[in-house]
Amino acid sequence: MSTKITTSTTEEPILEAVHLKKDFPLRKVKLFGAAEAVHAVEDVTLVLRSGHATALVGESGSGKTTVARLLARLYAPTSGTIRYREEVIKARGERALQGYRRHVQIVFQDPFSSLNPMHTVRHHLSRPLRIYGHAHTASEEMQLITSLLERVNLTPAEQFIPKFPHQLSGGQRQRIAIARALAARPSVLLADEPVSMLDVSIRLDILNLLTRLKEEEQLALLYITHDLASARYFAEETLVMYAGQMVEGGPSEEVIQQAKHPYTQLLLSSAPDPDRFGSSGLQGNHKVAPWIPAKQVVSGNGSGDVPSLIKPPGGCRFHPRCPYAMPVCQQQFPPRRELGRGHWVHCFLYGGAHKTDAKPSTDVTDLQGQGGLEQSRSLNSRESIQ
Amino acid sequence: MITEIRTGTLLEVKHISVDYGSSKGIVHAVNDVSFAIEQGQIFGLAGESGSGKSTLVYAIARLLQPPAVITQGQVLYYPTTRAGSESSQAGEAVDVLALNPAQLRAFRWRELSIVFQSAMNALNPVLAIGTQIIDVLRAHDPCMTRNEARSRALELLQLVGITPDRLHSYPHELSGGMRQRAIIAIALALNSKLIIMDEPTTALDVVVQRDILAQILRLRNDLGFSVIFITHDLSLLLEIADTIAIMYAGRIVEMGTREELLRAPRHPYTYGLLHSFPKLHGPSRSLRGIPGSPPDLRSIPSGCAFHPRCSFTLPACHTVVPALLPVASEKSKAPSLEALSSGHGPCVACHLYTTELNPGGPPERLESEYVN
Repeated sequence: MSTKITTSTTEEPILEAVHLKKDFPLRKVKLFGAAEAVHAVEDVTLVLRSGHATALVGESGSGKTTVARLLARLYAPTSGTIRYREEVIKARGERALQGYRRHVQIVFQDPFSSLNPMHTVRHHLSRPLRIYGHAHTASEEMQLITSLLERVNLTPAEQFIPKFPHQLSGGQRQRIAIARALAARPSVLLADEPVSMLDVSIRLDILNLLTRLKEEEQLALLYITHDLASARYFAEETLVMYAGQMVEGGPSEEVIQQAKHPYTQLLLSSAPDPDRFGSSGLQGNHKVAPWIPAKQVVSGNGSGDVPSLIKPPGGCRFHPRCPYAMPVCQQQFPPRRELGRGHWVHCFLYGGAHKTDAKPSTDVTDLQGQGGLEQSRSLNSRESIQ
Repeated sequence: MITEIRTGTLLEVKHISVDYGSSKGIVHAVNDVSFAIEQGQIFGLAGESGSGKSTLVYAIARLLQPPAVITQGQVLYYPTTRAGSESSQAGEAVDVLALNPAQLRAFRWRELSIVFQSAMNALNPVLAIGTQIIDVLRAHDPCMTRNEARSRALELLQLVGITPDRLHSYPHELSGGMRQRAIIAIALALNSKLIIMDEPTTALDVVVQRDILAQILRLRNDLGFSVIFITHDLSLLLEIADTIAIMYAGRIVEMGTREELLRAPRHPYTYGLLHSFPKLHGPSRSLRGIPGSPPDLRSIPSGCAFHPRCSFTLPACHTVVPALLPVASEKSKAPSLEALSSGHGPCVACHLYTTELNPGGPPERLESEYVN
């Protein structure tokens, strides 16, 4: 299919997803009423540019992995379009998609199950080289495998080539998975939680490796994670997803330091951050995540859970957990509100007239306590306290 | 209430070593580790995978099976008097490693319980969680009637924030966070004085993780048990633990209170760990992490096991194993009261802090090694 080569500038979109939607139908026999489905992804629009990393942040069940799989065309979207270098990807069927997969590759979360335990490193890396026609002879293949291993810092390469996955550590396996993705010579790399199964000290290695690949090889990267700190460290742009809906996005620094959506703020306040409270820590003030309404903590009934996506809450799907929910939140999904500098949010708290001064505080802990919230409430004309 | 609880030592581990026999040689998983836990304390154990932290606590709980062998050391447990308890030997140390099977059975769960990492694997998938809690209660207290056990199970579920109607739910019907709560409820069933938590939140999302941590702290404050909390995520420990021990290649390389470790880390490895997770705030800096990878425990490097990855090596580091020694607190800061009362001054196993070997004193800014 698409093999059109264009000279890429940093600003040119490589991969675009426009209004992607994915429903997974349930195999339940229902005599009456419409067939049920899991509404995993609703209306996702995103752009990946070469040499840029975009982070997609959310809890499990937020649909972020589904987005990666849609982009990799492991799933066909229910509606919406994917464009690779301005060409719409329509094909169905594995063979037709091979041309697309040559450009868009994916690295999975769990390096313990994404590598075949029966095959050696050599086999894992030679397959894509053969399939995508980069290596024709055995010596060529060997040479390419060696250089791939060196690119992912597995040296001396010869030592790793005959090894089986069980002989490698988690970090080494993830490097093999990255090398396998690179073997196709993609221009887009979709990384689905590439570090969440790894030790903290190895995570940084993998993140630094991906940063180097992004910068040196001008790869367009989608980095899926639930860790906002690593999104800030690694990605230029951050998008926050909740229950299949995009709730906030923009430049990473902007989204994390000036988080607007209550869900982003919840994620931020939940992330371990030893610096936040100085020495008092979580312990000092016996802190319960202040964003979760007290009644939910007491009953413990799904305070930390993404709602069922079979019958998702209407309107903004975050409203059952949102401490600022208003009646309007249950009725419609808030429109996208531009906040300047590329930062946008889907939240009724940021009404048009007040968009510049709503929630002026930059500090999440400050907001949790008193000031910021009250201020934003009074600023909002549609507010009615429940 | 806390000050009242923290009155004495609950558990003392003395020079314990654990080896695994394998066809390719002996693996020294834990090497001469000593520490003490106070009543009501949360003791954090941090380290990379393979640093021996799980082996260490399994040794304490006597859960190790051959080929693992405890080659030396002592685990002393100091029972406390509890209301309505028949044990009269309060204050007398119990040598955990010398307990016979019957005593061990009584010791486990009454005095010590464990929360395992993977809640799905720790719960029986074909039994409702209520049944599993009642099982524990009745196994350890045969006199308990079915109704008593049931009401205690309900009480426990409420304690960890699960609604009572979940008593008849099967593990697959619960979310990951609720399963982990159920496991904690089972660990609390007999009011154990010491709970070992082996990466209790690793498989969970950040929001759920925060919930569970807050719950653990609240229960600790209400019930006064001690916790050994194992994780590889030092950022987590810095928020929850009172005292933190850093393990590397089977040894504790640094131990101190949370504040000391955060403000004045001493061992180069601790520095590396503290600078291997990106921060949410402050200037974004490029982090270099710790070079190299953890050693193969079959052939631990001579001297300080960390020396091949350390950029501050002295000649002695290659030959002499540094002992875990107390270091003077920084003069500018008064030692925290907590540290004084518990006797847990900061300790570090590094030659940089031994005046005879390193007369110049430790380098001013270890940090620059790990941050660009």
